[in-house]
Amino acid sequence: MSNQNLREPTINITPEEYKKLSQQRTPKPKAARNIPRAFLVGGLICAIGQIIINFFLASGLSRNDASSAATAVLIFIGALLTGLGVYDDIGKWAGAGSIVPVTGFANSIVSPALEFKREGYVMGVGAKLFTIAGPILVYGIATSIAVGLIYYVLRF
Amino acid sequence: MNLKKVGNQTVVFANPPVILSSYSVVGPMEGQGPLGNSFNQVWPDNINGEKSWEVAETKMLQEALQGAVTQAGVQSDQIDFMLAGDLLNQIISANFAARQMALPFIGVYGACSTMALSMALGSMLIDGQFAKHILVGVSSHHDTAERQYRLPTEQGAQRLMSQQWTVTGAGSLLLGQAGVGPRITAATLGRVLDYGETDVNNMGAAMAPAVADTILNHFKDLNRAPSDYDLIASGDLGSVGLGLATEVLKRSGYEMGDTYTDCGVLIFDPSQDVHAGASGCACSAVVFAGHIMERIKAGELKRVLLVGSGALHSPTSAFQGESIPGIGHAVVIEA
Amino acid sequence: MFEMVIPAFIVGGLICVVGQLLMDLTKPAFTPAHVLVTFVTGGAVLGALGWYAPLVKIGGAGATVPLSGFGYSLAKGAMEAVGKKGVMGAFYGGIEATAVGIASAILFGYLVSVTFNPKG
Repeated sequence: MSNQNLREPTINITPEEYKKLSQQRTPKPKAARNIPRAFLVGGLICAIGQIIINFFLASGLSRNDASSAATAVLIFIGALLTGLGVYDDIGKWAGAGSIVPVTGFANSIVSPALEFKREGYVMGVGAKLFTIAGPILVYGIATSIAVGLIYYVLRF
Repeated sequence: MNLKKVGNQTVVFANPPVILSSYSVVGPMEGQGPLGNSFNQVWPDNINGEKSWEVAETKMLQEALQGAVTQAGVQSDQIDFMLAGDLLNQIISANFAARQMALPFIGVYGACSTMALSMALGSMLIDGQFAKHILVGVSSHHDTAERQYRLPTEQGAQRLMSQQWTVTGAGSLLLGQAGVGPRITAATLGRVLDYGETDVNNMGAAMAPAVADTILNHFKDLNRAPSDYDLIASGDLGSVGLGLATEVLKRSGYEMGDTYTDCGVLIFDPSQDVHAGASGCACSAVVFAGHIMERIKAGELKRVLLVGSGALHSPTSAFQGESIPGIGHAVVIEA
Repeated sequence: MFEMVIPAFIVGGLICVVGQLLMDLTKPAFTPAHVLVTFVTGGAVLGALGWYAPLVKIGGAGATVPLSGFGYSLAKGAMEAVGKKGVMGAFYGGIEATAVGIASAILFGYLVSVTFNPKG
């Protein structure tokens, strides 16, 4: 009676066997379905980006500025579609196709901020804008500084 | 002293408590599901005019608790204790609903197994002659759970095929020492079992061993078999977990057969695109309070085993790479 | 107006397929945040090695719109600034080159978050 709780689990399977069984039974992502979708939507967003760049080039901006301006426009579109509650539906269908382009970056900024507005404007919106954007900027900027420093050393 | 405990982990009630009433409130998606007609109230949307999803969840739980009290026709000063819980940090939905109900309150946390656990505890209080009437209730909400456990709802990410959809809803029961209704005759309280699953997107697989263990101990303690039940329903294993639990039980010597199903598989239709089924405290609570109670009252089911299933992790433990401990609590309900 | 649009579609689509493969074939804890961090860092490293510039030449927006293009701009900016201003350039070059993107993300992100409510 006293050491009742120390008895072995009664189910007749070891954790190792269970792990194997669970891996067999867990449905895998449908890569064959997801890949064409990611290609289509990702390609489409980039094509739209190219049209915007062409428009800015035609209106006299330099290549660099046109590219920056197009990025800003795409970020606006991504943010707006998130606010309207559309971007998560696109993402559900397109997967990485709508995560990897810069519109997905905008989505990852807006989606947590939007939801945490109810927790206030400083610790809610202000802080949560960077839940996902934070790590991206941290690793992106840190890498660029490292690249710059290595380049500086290698030049001499 | 005459111990009411039987075997390893089962209690058998000398004077089985009666389920005097049951009440369920759900969100729109649950209302459109195959069990839609069995719920007392279906909300038109997930927020219903409240200022946040959290407030909406509390409101939903209050409505379910109030509904069960009204339906039983019991005055609130006749209710001795209220047992409730939910999934949010510090079980705020239950705490805030209890503030409104103004009853002596016992907060219960068993993750998604909270309903079965509360039914077991409430029955023990009644059979132990500590109370005449006990109100139990739980809630969960898809959007409050998503933002606490997973990603923001507007994030454009794909849900994995093994993922389950948290039920938006609240279910409540009023248990009494005497009266008319189905009775809770026994309960098997589960042990925490961890078979090393670390994937928070695969909760069914994390909980299945614990549920299987509880079912197995229940059968051994009471010397019963699956055929002694008209229905055995686990709480929210979903399609992946249900398959795993069935297989584990088979390897342990029990063919579960057609009588074994899962509330997380019943509540949504595959066309609702929820992937591996439903989860959440409310999943087993509303399926029991609505659908299963309906079938018991209609005389279709004489003896039911409800096995609440819970995943006892937190976002912090998951981020730190800890595996997910599971638990299962079983209650026997007889017409 | 429509020059480079087809190459942008193809190169952009292929880069997104790499992201999809990362998500579908790795462990399930690989969230959108992990994908984006991988792409920014990867783009910066490829840019530094001089391997990303040809992709931009072939694909135009197809290579600059994905987050790897953001990483490429960061690295390119840092290296160009080092050329002009020496070691300090490593620190300001990347952010300077991507300032429009970062600033507009913060501004539009804030405005949209304040204006709309989540649908759930």
